[in-house]
Amino acid sequence: MLELLRQPWPWYVAGPLIGLTVPALLLVGNKALGISSSLRHVCAACVPAGIPFLNYNWRAEIWNLWFVLGIGLGGYVGYQLLGHPDTIAISAETVRDLKAQMGLTDFSGLLPRELFALENLANWKGWVFLVLGGFLVGFGTRYAGGCTSGHAISGLSNLQWVSLVAVIAFFVGGLLMTWVFYPMMF
Amino acid sequence: MKNLKYLVLGVLFGIILTKSEVISWFRIQEMFRFQAFHMYGVIGSAIVVGMLSIQLIKRNRLRTINGEEIKLADKKYNHGTWIGGTIFGLGWALTGACPGPLFAQLGSGVASAAVLILAALAGTWTYSALRERLPL
Repeated sequence: MLELLRQPWPWYVAGPLIGLTVPALLLVGNKALGISSSLRHVCAACVPAGIPFLNYNWRAEIWNLWFVLGIGLGGYVGYQLLGHPDTIAISAETVRDLKAQMGLTDFSGLLPRELFALENLANWKGWVFLVLGGFLVGFGTRYAGGCTSGHAISGLSNLQWVSLVAVIAFFVGGLLMTWVFYPMMF
Repeated sequence: MKNLKYLVLGVLFGIILTKSEVISWFRIQEMFRFQAFHMYGVIGSAIVVGMLSIQLIKRNRLRTINGEEIKLADKKYNHGTWIGGTIFGLGWALTGACPGPLFAQLGSGVASAAVLILAALAGTWTYSALRERLPL
């Protein structure tokens, strides 16, 4: 059993378990799954700066910060304690394309070191991938009112058409970056 | 401690995200290049199970463990839904991570995730400051 847990989990195990998080949060405390809100709560707690959108009782939403802290601990347990492959077994076509189009050579770890190593902050690549990338995630999710968890999983599960618009937009953005902007950068 | 249950659910959620490798930039690239079913399978089956669960809760009028009525708020549309959604999508393909995976990456020991989270906080803060001047 432990040996099985230590392997990468297939989609048909992980997906349904992620789906069950939706009713689990509702049943234990009437909470809707959503993670990007935690970023707003941290801003409201640390740097409200008199901004109306950050002036609310974030303490009433503190469950969300506990949930996110748990996700961090889960990352430790899942990666360091439950083992991980040195290289993620992505498809051969993806490896081929990333080599040919982006010049990647190191496929070990969760993220390519050639783009995300902290030393990259000395050149444009680090700023685009680490700083601009993170900024767009934080800006866009709040502007859209949710991320993959709040809109794609929680929202679509509750048949919200607004979430369908959001998820389509997430994909439009992702496809634009992958197919239009990446080729311009590399 | 009433928040312990959210911590525990968060730990489980983080383990699932990590073990299914959806916190990997490589998996997200594979998805946006339509070269594997993995990510579509994870997200798709999560939605199906979530949908069935919510139907069960609604039809049986299930209550929370404290006996409260379960309420689900409707999401409201504004232009931010698609403008912000597209902006997030651009960032998703760059970082290979949505907010949940960022926290799981940090826990897994990826130092760069700390920079990504700080940048994401800066993004959320900037949106909050500019909110009244953006099209809604």
